[in-house]
Amino acid sequence: MRSVWALAAMAALSVLTASTITLAGDPKQGGVLRMYHRDSPGNASIHEGATYSLNVPFMPIFNNLVIYKQDEAQNRMDNIIPELAESWGWVNDNKTLTFKLRQGVKWHDGKPFTSADVKCTFDLLMGKSQQKFRQNPRKSWYNEVNEISTNGDLEVSFNMKRPQPSLLALLASGYTPVYPCHVSPGDMRTHPIGTGPFKFVEFKANESIKLTRNTDYWRKGRPYLDGIEFTIIPNRSTAILAFVAGKFDMTFPTEVSIPLLKDVKTQAPNAVCVVEPNNVATNIIVNSSAPPFDNVDIRRAMAMALDRKSFISIMFEGQGDVGGTMLPPPQGLWGMPKEMLESIPGYGPDINANREQARKLMQKAGYGPDKHLAVKVSTRNIPVYRDPAVILIDQLKSIYIDGELDVVETANWFPKVARKDYMLGLNLTGNAVDDPDQSFYENYSCGSERNYTNYCNKEIEKLFDVQSQETDVEKRKKLVWDIDKKLQEDVARPIIFHARTGTCWQPYVKGVTVMSNSSYNGYRYEDVWMDK
Amino acid sequence: MFAYLVRRLFLMLVTLFGISIVIFLLLRIVPGNIVDILFAAAGYVDPADKANLEKELGIDQPLVVQYWHWISGFLRGDFGYSYVSEKPALQEILPRIPITARLAGLALLFSASIGIPLGVISAVKQGTRLDYALRIVSLSGLSLPSFWLGLLILTASVAMFGQMPIFNPNPQTWLEAFATYAVPAAAVGFRSAALTMRITRSSMLEVLRQDYIRTARAKGASETAVNYRHALKNAILPVITVIGIEAAFLIGGLIVTETVFNIPGVARFLVEAIRWRDYPIVQNLVMLMAVVVVSANFIVDMLYAVFDPRIRYTD
Repeated sequence: MRSVWALAAMAALSVLTASTITLAGDPKQGGVLRMYHRDSPGNASIHEGATYSLNVPFMPIFNNLVIYKQDEAQNRMDNIIPELAESWGWVNDNKTLTFKLRQGVKWHDGKPFTSADVKCTFDLLMGKSQQKFRQNPRKSWYNEVNEISTNGDLEVSFNMKRPQPSLLALLASGYTPVYPCHVSPGDMRTHPIGTGPFKFVEFKANESIKLTRNTDYWRKGRPYLDGIEFTIIPNRSTAILAFVAGKFDMTFPTEVSIPLLKDVKTQAPNAVCVVEPNNVATNIIVNSSAPPFDNVDIRRAMAMALDRKSFISIMFEGQGDVGGTMLPPPQGLWGMPKEMLESIPGYGPDINANREQARKLMQKAGYGPDKHLAVKVSTRNIPVYRDPAVILIDQLKSIYIDGELDVVETANWFPKVARKDYMLGLNLTGNAVDDPDQSFYENYSCGSERNYTNYCNKEIEKLFDVQSQETDVEKRKKLVWDIDKKLQEDVARPIIFHARTGTCWQPYVKGVTVMSNSSYNGYRYEDVWMDK
Repeated sequence: MFAYLVRRLFLMLVTLFGISIVIFLLLRIVPGNIVDILFAAAGYVDPADKANLEKELGIDQPLVVQYWHWISGFLRGDFGYSYVSEKPALQEILPRIPITARLAGLALLFSASIGIPLGVISAVKQGTRLDYALRIVSLSGLSLPSFWLGLLILTASVAMFGQMPIFNPNPQTWLEAFATYAVPAAAVGFRSAALTMRITRSSMLEVLRQDYIRTARAKGASETAVNYRHALKNAILPVITVIGIEAAFLIGGLIVTETVFNIPGVARFLVEAIRWRDYPIVQNLVMLMAVVVVSANFIVDMLYAVFDPRIRYTD
């Protein structure tokens, strides 16, 4: 009987996965959405963070100039809609992006929103302001922006060094809210003020975050909810049990693992659950500046030994994707087609043949059945890092590499990587925007702060710029595929898999859309309502 | 008695000073600080930003200066600001203390009110089925980790009643407030009750064999009077010691219980603060705990003197 229920639950899950948008009757006003939060964010300032633990609770407080349509699962250029801007246009040979701003918008403290606020925000982000963020992790997003100029209170222009069509995609991310000029970065960390559908009420560290409806919101009739309350529950078992017991209307987005999802569907069969890629790539960082991985043959052999499907089947019961740097289609916009992907060494379907080639490379480098290479595989002491590292160690055995797991506390992980105190590292790379500009420049360009392996290929870097300026999407796609292929062939940062995770909510919660190619951009919640 | 009190008080102050040094140094020995963690979370590091932040938080100063700032502030009641929330540390710590104090108090109450009577019964009924049953209960209490017991309670509540006893920050009635704390207190107090039961049993068995107990029985005292007035009074000292020690150890159990039951008390808060290397919170909170534990020990010592005249006469 249990297996029948499990099968029914799985079938329902598959159907729900196909449709991520909750459809229902006329939206109703009222109700407070109760959600648990997976951890206590360090502060409340989205611009100073690099985790969606910040975006989920604080994105509803803000507006961007433009935003990805919140009721469509896939983030695309053609579903970017105006928010604080009413319209936009590229002029001056695509080197100036001008926004006409919405009139009559007010900050939550009653002050009027103007173009000066936009200038202040991006000056801060570009490091051109007198005030400074404590941390500014996305400064490089604006490398091609020369300056921000205003024309009256309702017009603002981004003057570029060169054309960069993807700037609009970056501006549409949940990571790009407009901040008020009159509130200091310090105050934004503790008591954020925005123009968005919900106002900040309180943030009790390790306890709760509360938002209330902005009754003066510029989009009339929104939001539907009276408020949102996040209870911080770091213990995943407790959180899921509380959701099952009806204490919460929704789980923390994309935080339900595939095995847990089965539990939820068994214990709360009415819950609506969706599984989507979260555009987080699990990858290997290789210290190519020191032996033994300064030897390109050993790097290639390692990449060819990977059985990516095994990772996915062990960790996600088959629900994950094999791809390159860019998220694979159909959810990903820029991922290589299957045939191209399989032409890359190590991506072919015959794992034994791949490994045979890898062994030959290892023998060429002086290793074999009688002489194994001992390596340390370093990773953060978090299950999503640790678990694939263990599988990796197991797979490397097939090519005469004996791996030893080296788990590192979060506080020490980045300093260790930065000082190149590792041989192999198991790493996760999240992409806020499904766009090559964000991924390539951040992770692979020479000198980038997040290019942990210091991979530097000037030829490829030139191609980064070429694709970045290309306005024809199809042409750009082909350029991106070529670059991605080359990055995998160079073993710049071998991608193992792209994960999929689940989100669940109670059946009376309507209007929720889980984004399918980013887990950072879909939390405005102004269209969410409760049918009860 | 006065000399005894003064000596204990002096020892208490020396202990607290030593603890303050240990707390301060241990935190600095642990690799990484708040700035490392913030930049690790952001996945990048800008040396200039990093240096600015270290300066802003004062962690670029020599250790002696940092220690002096902290300890002088602590003595003045100025606990500084949390590195993470940027709110006054006292404002972060104070609201959480009553929650944990209530939980700890209830757990200790549970421990004493279950452990002592059952320990007495077990001793008095030595060798009977009841004794064996109680010993099995006490052994299981010592063997079950409180986080596992907590999770089991939560899972069973959801499976059986479709509800779970998760923390309610605004209980409407006294009963609701009690229910909010009772289940987690029982989960964390079970181990302590088991220990108390075992100590009470063994201590009682020793006392029950003494001559004066036989004399009391010979004089016609009732069993209740013999067991509770004569035997328990003399057997209670080791039990008080254990309860005093357990009060200190309880914080360890509370960390997991607060996490499992999602109770926003100081124990869970402390773990989070350690994870962030939030020095002002960790140092002040641990120091406050040390003050409580050392004071509790001081009170236990005083109680020894009250219960055992030999101690006060010796001193």
